[in-house]
Amino acid sequence: MEQVEVLVIGGGPAGMMASLSAVKTGARVTLLEREARLGGQLIKQTHKFFGSYKEYAGVRGIEIVDKLTFLLKEQEEKGKIRILTEAELVLFYQEQTLGYTYKGSLRTLKAQKIIFTTGASERMLPFPGNDLPGVYAAGAIQTLMNVNGVLPGEKYLMVGAGNIGLIVSYQLLQAGASVLGVVEAMPRIGGYLVHASKIRRMGVPIYTSHTILEARGKDKVEEAVITVVDNKYKPITGTEKILKVDAISLAVGLNPLGELLEQRGIKFCFIPELGGFVPWHDENLKTSHPDVYVAGDLAGIEEATTAMLQGELAGLVVAKELRYGNLEEQDKINLITQRLKEFRAGPKSEKTREGQIKLKNG
Amino acid sequence: MDNQNRKISRQLTKSGIPTKTDLKPFLPSSKRKRKGAYALIECFEEIPCDPCFSACPFKSVKEFANLNDIPVIDFKKCTGCGLCVPECPGLAIFLINEDRDDGKATITIPYEFLPLPEKGEQVWALNRVGEIEGEAKVVEVKTYSKKNHTTVVTLLIPREKVLTIRHFRRKDQNER
Repeated sequence: MEQVEVLVIGGGPAGMMASLSAVKTGARVTLLEREARLGGQLIKQTHKFFGSYKEYAGVRGIEIVDKLTFLLKEQEEKGKIRILTEAELVLFYQEQTLGYTYKGSLRTLKAQKIIFTTGASERMLPFPGNDLPGVYAAGAIQTLMNVNGVLPGEKYLMVGAGNIGLIVSYQLLQAGASVLGVVEAMPRIGGYLVHASKIRRMGVPIYTSHTILEARGKDKVEEAVITVVDNKYKPITGTEKILKVDAISLAVGLNPLGELLEQRGIKFCFIPELGGFVPWHDENLKTSHPDVYVAGDLAGIEEATTAMLQGELAGLVVAKELRYGNLEEQDKINLITQRLKEFRAGPKSEKTREGQIKLKNG
Repeated sequence: MDNQNRKISRQLTKSGIPTKTDLKPFLPSSKRKRKGAYALIECFEEIPCDPCFSACPFKSVKEFANLNDIPVIDFKKCTGCGLCVPECPGLAIFLINEDRDDGKATITIPYEFLPLPEKGEQVWALNRVGEIEGEAKVVEVKTYSKKNHTTVVTLLIPREKVLTIRHFRRKDQNER
């Protein structure tokens, strides 16, 4: 069976950075990516990133992919990393033996250290009519629109005023669609206010303390019924309003994607602040299995900048455990830990901080 | 000026639209307004973001002690160069010039839509909720392709609307 040193599962922002930092520290890496190209969710993120200018702030997600892909290809040419695209992990056996599909066949390999960066899946919202054609997850619309050049509707209702809901609304407007409104069950906007201001000045109303009641239509979405909700998120009768839309976009949160880890008996904790069931991990992203690490949304829902920092951290730690690098690596680890702490120091990261505390307490 | 820990209005947290009170601490003195263009950073809540600091060649944006700090401009150092406008990931920086003799002002707006307007074109100036405030003339269109492809468009607007107009829409064929 094929033996590898470091196996990284998932070529999104966390996986790309994990691979790069492990390779730079001296380890040999194999990177598996399910899609045909690297980048994960970055490949549809046409907006400029927030964060520090020391990292990638001000750069668009789609441009970060190009930069990271270039760096990975450089390492690939040197023979330091093997990148397999359209390779999907399907099995996780004892003793770090894994099975993945590649070019129509099932292959197995054994890895000394594994970093899982499998990301998250979008949440669905229960309401009558949510099975009608025209109801999409916001990230799916973003993929259709920004990767495939397909606009699945003309008039949208966005459900959720977190960053994804606000950003996808803006990108729908850029693509020439109209957004008739953004509903948010919370009494305040969840995403960054600058994103909200951007769509407001283009005439998109944001309805806080509102939710979707129903999607109606014969064969596809023709209208959406929205309503005011009370402080317990219960709809208030008589406040219903009908919006004539042909598409409904759900931006109501993400769930970490870690079924294979769960099956393998790795410890999970239920921490709503981090997105639900997340693999328990320590400060260095090590799970309850000493050779398995996690980074990015799988380790708790956040965003791409922290995913990249976590990936970098996990790559370094893993390489160091394999006795690569020298004393400098510990300084780098401390620096990244510090950056993560800085990034999460604001009020918008309160949930993440609470989640981290719960994680620490197991 | 201490912008940290300042309470923001309920209106802003519910709608993304700042009140006069939200805006006030971000504005320069009336004396400074008469001394050429200035950058107005409409970034009211603490978010992890600092490119405005590195964008300014004159160090007019105070260095961030914490990445989540709210940006603070030293208007004595701001030359009105406008380099920060395309850099802000939140498209929250506007360059305003009220230092004119004709009672008008210019506002430079980050604009990420195609097709771009042309210099001299008349467009609909929009306020913070997207309503038409009137016509405005495009006086400059600049794309920073080497940076991040955000185009900045400068509009000639009535001076009393420098805090009202925040976006614009190109006219349809039949509106021209």
